[in-house]
Amino acid sequence: MPHVLKKAAALLTVYYAYMLEYRAELVLWVLSGTLPLILMGVWVRASQSANFGLSAEALVRYFLAVFLVRQFTVVWVIWEFEREIVEGRLSSRLLQPLDPGWHHFTSHLAEKAARLPFALALLALFFALYPEAFWVPSLGQVLLAAVAIALAYILRFLMQYTVAMFAFWTERASALENFSFLFYLFLSGMIAPLELFPPTVQQVIAWTPFPYMINFPANLLIGLPMNVVQGFAITLLWCGIFFGLNRLLWRRGLRHYSGMGA
Amino acid sequence: MTIIAVDHLSKIYPVALKEPGLRGTLSHFFQRKYRSVAAVQDVSFSIEPGEVVGFLGPNGAGKTTTLKMLTGLIHPSEGKVWVAGHIPFRREAAFLQKITLVMGQKQQLIWDLPTLDSLRINAAIYDLSDTEFRQRVGELAEMLALDRQLTQPVRKLSLGERMKAELLAALLHRPQVLFLDEPTLGLDVNAQVGVREFLKAYNERYQATVLLTSHYMADITALCDRVLMIHQGKLIYDGSLDRLLNQFAPCREVTVEFRQNQTPETLTTFAELQFLEGRVAHFIVPQADLTHTIARLLAEHEVVDLTVTDPPIEEVIGRVFQVGAVS
Repeated sequence: MPHVLKKAAALLTVYYAYMLEYRAELVLWVLSGTLPLILMGVWVRASQSANFGLSAEALVRYFLAVFLVRQFTVVWVIWEFEREIVEGRLSSRLLQPLDPGWHHFTSHLAEKAARLPFALALLALFFALYPEAFWVPSLGQVLLAAVAIALAYILRFLMQYTVAMFAFWTERASALENFSFLFYLFLSGMIAPLELFPPTVQQVIAWTPFPYMINFPANLLIGLPMNVVQGFAITLLWCGIFFGLNRLLWRRGLRHYSGMGA
Repeated sequence: MTIIAVDHLSKIYPVALKEPGLRGTLSHFFQRKYRSVAAVQDVSFSIEPGEVVGFLGPNGAGKTTTLKMLTGLIHPSEGKVWVAGHIPFRREAAFLQKITLVMGQKQQLIWDLPTLDSLRINAAIYDLSDTEFRQRVGELAEMLALDRQLTQPVRKLSLGERMKAELLAALLHRPQVLFLDEPTLGLDVNAQVGVREFLKAYNERYQATVLLTSHYMADITALCDRVLMIHQGKLIYDGSLDRLLNQFAPCREVTVEFRQNQTPETLTTFAELQFLEGRVAHFIVPQADLTHTIARLLAEHEVVDLTVTDPPIEEVIGRVFQVGAVS
């Protein structure tokens, strides 16, 4: 077991150093994640002219929570994986006694740690400008939301890494990702709170993996009543499904990769 | 005990065929046709621990494919491979601990960080203790004449330094078997000599087995007592470098400087003319005809200078490939 921790520590610290090499880029990435804040403005304005059951304050908090969740769950493994295949770097990773997936998983985590101060600074700036939106979640809410965010990251990573496996066959797997991102955008609650969707649609969406990547952890963070057990259960179920699919495609893909000359 | 055993190894690749033009593109899209290409055909050899073996062959001969089968990156179509008691394609951890493959200079190291950071990841992956890590890095860095370069970002290193750093990363877990694909490609002469001397020292110090490909004959002559030669996927020679040269080069290179400019037509009557630059001609002359040919040259032309040397090994190897087999 200590070996595992040592490996994790080495990967995390080195990739953290790597991410800090790109300070300016990190700030830009944080800023590019401000879509929820823009949407917040749109929705707040809309809520003032029509009544759809959510107050302006509730919308502001929701989108702030979305912004925060998104900062911790942005995943880009598919582009990295594609590049490894095209540039042939995967071959040298395959000759090390560590599954190459761990490099991606830990480098994403290190990036989260590196961008955290910038994201928090942006939030602080926001609250300084709009103190009425400020809220203090209870410790219970924070803990639940933290677990939900961690799971949301794992789920999002597993999902995209699974789609990335198609790079073994097409070398342009990111096109598939761009397509599935559309579903992610609408069904995760990034564009609009899912509470605004018709109830039957909401029920269907609840069985897809998407709400658990943003909507579910965001609602936990702002303290909305949620079916916590069901939420975690569905998240874990989808994590399991994607993990299984991922390993299956990984093995098939490796066979294909080696068949084409590695 | 044999450390590498290769038995009737073959690799056949499917290669997609596409006709040119729009029609070809469309039919390629809907119905792909494949042709089988044999990259490696029925190759057998074995290597003993501690041997340094050169793997020669023109581009596309099947060298890299063979190295990839030996490291387990690709599965053989036919035949069997054992390396250090393992079947490579299973890629068991115990096997991966014993081998390394170096292919090019942009493989392991993280571009924007100092080499030492990448080395720390490797140390963790291969379960090295901190003392082992420091001791090995110190030792290898000294052998490679690397020092402050280890704390510079990799992108700031010269090509030669980067290759050395890659070698350090690839050898940190002290593998018993080294597969090196063009370890000196693109390096200047000094850097080539540095890498060569390091490989020799590493082999002597750890009794490591080395199989390397190189386009530079100097690498092969300096490091390898034995060479494997592969041509169009087939093994055409396995034996000592000396025997290969003696068998295939019972000839000399004769360089003659004439008083007057010459034309190729008049000179080809003497021996095989390699090239002619104004008054200087290079001939390849069979050993048996050497004195006779030189006597004729001196008798029939006004000669200013004349030298007789061994032909460059590239020339010899080229001849072997032209003939396609070694008797």
